[in-house]
Amino acid sequence: MPNDQPTRAAPPVVVTLPANLVRLFPGALRQVELPASTVRDVIDALDARWPGMGDRLCDSRPAIRRHINVFVEGRRATLETRLSPGAEVTVLTAISGG
Amino acid sequence: MATKILILLGTKKGAFILESDALRRSWALRGPFCETWPMNHVIADPATGAIYAGGGDAWFGPAVWKSTDLGATWTHSSAGLAYEAGEDPIKAVWSVAPAAGSLYAGVEPAGLFRSDDGGQSWRHVAGLRDHPSRPHWTPGGGGLILHSLVPHPDDDRQLWVAISAAGVFHTADGGDTWEPRNRGTRADFMPEEQRYPEIGQCVHCLVMAQGMPERLYQQNHCGMYRSADGGLNWDSIEAGLPSTFGFPAAVHPRDPDTLYLLPLNGDIKGRYVPDARAAVWRTRDRGDSWEALREGLPQRNTFFGVLRQAMATDRLEPAGVYFGTNTGTLFASADEGDSWHCIAQHLPAIYSVETLVVEA
Repeated sequence: MPNDQPTRAAPPVVVTLPANLVRLFPGALRQVELPASTVRDVIDALDARWPGMGDRLCDSRPAIRRHINVFVEGRRATLETRLSPGAEVTVLTAISGG
Repeated sequence: MATKILILLGTKKGAFILESDALRRSWALRGPFCETWPMNHVIADPATGAIYAGGGDAWFGPAVWKSTDLGATWTHSSAGLAYEAGEDPIKAVWSVAPAAGSLYAGVEPAGLFRSDDGGQSWRHVAGLRDHPSRPHWTPGGGGLILHSLVPHPDDDRQLWVAISAAGVFHTADGGDTWEPRNRGTRADFMPEEQRYPEIGQCVHCLVMAQGMPERLYQQNHCGMYRSADGGLNWDSIEAGLPSTFGFPAAVHPRDPDTLYLLPLNGDIKGRYVPDARAAVWRTRDRGDSWEALREGLPQRNTFFGVLRQAMATDRLEPAGVYFGTNTGTLFASADEGDSWHCIAQHLPAIYSVETLVVEA
């Protein structure tokens, strides 16, 4: 996952993850605080903390996977969506499957 | 030394494992594994005993799962299992095969990846998608998938792959360059004068005769074939079979002349067993003649199909033969196909069947 900007200095945001994602990564948490200025930063930080999680949420276009939704303060977001300090970022699995 | 045999199933809703002893009379089922992701191909590396499951989830994308304790615990990875930015992303892994200490994975959209660290990370074998025919590859009914991986047993630079619907390709230089190997196989879906193209055939399953690396068999959308020269030329072996259509092919573990097929009634007739009567068809003379094996299989009102990776043999004596249906039933023979038993049912649609013999 590319990391265009350093996130170390970014203020933390609150990220909520879906249960079926968390189950794939032993020790992962449903809710986590991460420093991030954009959704892309969130994905990078998740991947750094739980290696491989970035691939589960994003594909190689690169973009958020078609059946994954990321909401920021209740609005659907893209990788480029900017985050304000303390923003609530919610990752959800869309309706899919059969 | 006690012998254990495992049947590895890839299904629409996860991987399953059945286990028995060498007698193969009773089976214990475990699963579903892999968080019920659709698993297109579950295999074992007999050299290490590791089990690998390749698939893809609609939410979370493609991955190869791995178990080093016969299915008790699993990890997963897709590190490196990606095309360049801007290309259509990989949807799923469709095939996995060990080869000389490495591991190959075939994916959708069709491409080839290789792991040299037991599936922890992958690198694209880009030479295949660099083939000049690639713009003309078209998806079959299952998508544009690389579904068959056939490594040469003695030469790790040689590998055959099969792509629906692009055909068979062969590399002799470890994947840098590739040649189509489709001469003699039909494409009935093309205009009459174009039915033997260089590429574009809808190969359904490609297998290698045991101990004879130059002899290949294939089940195609349009016929069954044998090659005596590593796929340079193909001869039809469909005479004596009830149709020219089917998906799986499985070779005998010791006899290169014995092959098992499971023809379906036809591509536009529902794609179930002919006359709604199930049969595995066996040749013991490399496809020159065929016999239907029906004992123990349902012989009326049977409307299942069997998918391209859903038939396998084991290496015990006599050889076991297994097939799983798209309706979630698994049939087994412990006598080379002469008689059959249903050993599991009510499973999700079965996508793949493989075996592993373990000396405990």
